Amino acid sequence: MISILPERLSQNPRLAWVVFAALGLLLAVLPFLVDAGMGRTWVRILDFAMLYVMLALGLNIVVGFAGLLDLGYVAFYAVGAYFYAILASPQFGIHLPFWALLPMGAGVACLFGILLGAPTLRLRGDYLAIVTLGFGEIIRIFLNNLNAPLNITNGPQGINMIDPVRIAGHSLTRPIEILGVKLSGAHGHYFLFLVLTLLVIFIALRLQHSRIGRAWAAIREDEVAAEAMGINTRNLKLLAFAMGATFGGLGGGLFAAFQGFVSPESFGLMESIMILCMVVLGGMGHIPGVILGAILVTVLPELLRYIGPLQQELIGRVAVDPADLRMLLFGLALVAMMLFRPQGLWPSRVRARELRPDNPDEVRQEQESLYDRER
Amino acid sequence: MSLLQVQGLAVHYGGIRAVKGIDLSVQEGEVVCLIGANGAGKTTSLRALAGLLPSAAGSIHYAGTDITALPVHQRARLGLALVPEGRGVFPRLTVEENLRMGAYWRNDRPGIATDLERVYELFPRLRERHAQRGGTLSGGEQQMLSLARALMSRPRLLLLDEPSMGLAPLAVRKIFDTIRLIAEQGMTLLLVEQNARLALETSHRGYVLEGGRIVHRDTAAALLASPKVREAYLGA
Repeated sequence: MISILPERLSQNPRLAWVVFAALGLLLAVLPFLVDAGMGRTWVRILDFAMLYVMLALGLNIVVGFAGLLDLGYVAFYAVGAYFYAILASPQFGIHLPFWALLPMGAGVACLFGILLGAPTLRLRGDYLAIVTLGFGEIIRIFLNNLNAPLNITNGPQGINMIDPVRIAGHSLTRPIEILGVKLSGAHGHYFLFLVLTLLVIFIALRLQHSRIGRAWAAIREDEVAAEAMGINTRNLKLLAFAMGATFGGLGGGLFAAFQGFVSPESFGLMESIMILCMVVLGGMGHIPGVILGAILVTVLPELLRYIGPLQQELIGRVAVDPADLRMLLFGLALVAMMLFRPQGLWPSRVRARELRPDNPDEVRQEQESLYDRER
Repeated sequence: MSLLQVQGLAVHYGGIRAVKGIDLSVQEGEVVCLIGANGAGKTTSLRALAGLLPSAAGSIHYAGTDITALPVHQRARLGLALVPEGRGVFPRLTVEENLRMGAYWRNDRPGIATDLERVYELFPRLRERHAQRGGTLSGGEQQMLSLARALMSRPRLLLLDEPSMGLAPLAVRKIFDTIRLIAEQGMTLLLVEQNARLALETSHRGYVLEGGRIVHRDTAAALLASPKVREAYLGA
C-alpha cells in the first residue's frame, strides 16, 4: 500500500503539498518531541540516523544504481572523518574552518573513490566485492599504524578534541537560543544534518532520473549490452564510485565534527556491512526504501538497550547481554528478510514487480510469454 | 567505397587464435552473412567488429575512418549497432525502457519518439508488451526487442549475432521475416548465423569461415548452388 503513495501524490499535486507540509512540520518539531518524551540521548540517535541516511544513500549509488558490490565503503567515511580530524584539531595545531573542510573532505574521498575504482573496473560481482573489502581494511590499517615514524593519525588512540561545527562564530556543541527557542547541541546538529540530508536526497533523486542514472541501470542489468548502446561504461562506473565516495566523505566530516573524536575502531568491516544492510533491507536502488532502512538499522538496536534494565526488573538479573542480543536479532532479521521479503522493506516498483508480481493481468501476460504462445 | 572494410583481421580469444586474418567488406545497403560451423570464428569476428574483443592484427575501416582501436561505445555512436548473441536484453527494465536505452546517445527527442512509433509498427507484439519487463519476454520476443532496440539507435550498419539461436522454428521464421523487411527498407546488415540456408536466403553475399579463415566468398545465390557449400553446410 505504501508503495503506491508516490503515484497518488504525483497525480494530485494539492495532496502532495499537504503531505510535504505535514512532513516538513513533523521534521521540524521531531527533535523537541523526542527530547521531551525520550530524552536527549534520543535526539543524538536521530542525528546519527540522518548521518547514516547520507551514507546509505551514497552506497546506494554504487550498489543500488550501478550494481557494483562495494564492501569497503566505510573507507571513504574514514577518509572524510580523518581529513577533517587532522586539519581541525590540536593534532597538528591546524584549525581550518568547518565550511571549508567539509567540501574538501568530500573531494578527497571522491579522489579515493576514483583511486579504488580505476584499477577495479574490470572486476565484477564477487571479485569486486573482495577487492573493495580489502581496500576498506587497508585504509583502516593505515589509520591504525600511521603514528610512526611521523605521527599523522595518532594510531589506535585516535584523534581527540576535534573542532566542533561553527555557524556564524557559534560552536554547535553549545546551547543557543533562537527566537526564544532553546536549542541544545544535539538539536543544532539535528537541523544541520537535516538540511544536508535533504540535499543528499535531492542529489540522489536527480541522479537516478538523469541520463546518468539510466546508464547506471543499463550497466547494472547487462554491461556488454550497455556498451553496445553507446554508454561509456568505464567512465560511468568510475563516476558511481566517485559520487558514492563523495557522500561517504561528507558523512565522515560530519561524524568527526559531531563526535569530536575519531579512531580506527569506528571504521571496521562491520560498519561497511551495516551500511550495506541498510541499503539491502530498505530496498536496493529505491531512495525512500534506503532512507527507511538506514533509520531502522540505526534506531532499532538502540531500543534493545532497554532490555538490560527490563531483565533486571523482571528476573532480578541481566541474563542476556543486550549487546549480544543485538547481533543475534540483527542476524535473525536478515535471514527473515531474505526469506520473506527479499525485495526489501520498501522496494521500487520495478523490483517489487519482479519478485512478487501482484497484477493478475501482468502474471498472465508473463506466463503467455514464457511459453511463447502464438495467436 | 565500402561502408565496412576489414583487412587481415586476427582475433585471439583466451590464448586461442580464433580468427586468423580475414578480409571482408560490406557495401552500403547490402546484406552480407558470415556462415560456418561451430567454432569457425563467426561470433568472434563479429565481436571484434563491434569492439567487444580487441583485434590482434589487421584493420577495420568504417565509413572511411579507421575504427580498429575505438572502444565499443564510440563505435556504437558512429552507427554500428550490435544485436548481441543471447540477445542482451536488460531484464529488469521494461520493454519501452529497453527501447529508449537503444537511443541513449541520441539527443533528438522528436526523432526518438518517431523511431519508437516506427519499431512498434514493425513489432506490434512489443507495443502490447511495452510495460512488461524485458526478462519476462519469451526468447522470440527478446530477440525482437534486441533487434528493435538496435534500430532505435538509427544505425548505419546492423551487426546481427546468431539471431536464430535457441528459438522455436516459428519464432525463427518471424525474426527472419522482419530482418528481410528491415533490409528491404535499405538497412545495411552483417549477419552471423549458424543456420546457413536461412542466412544465405536472406543475404546478397556470403562468406564461409572455416578454422578462423575465409574459405569461400561469393554471392549468396552462388554459395547456395555451390556443391561444396551444399555438402558441408546445407545438408544436401
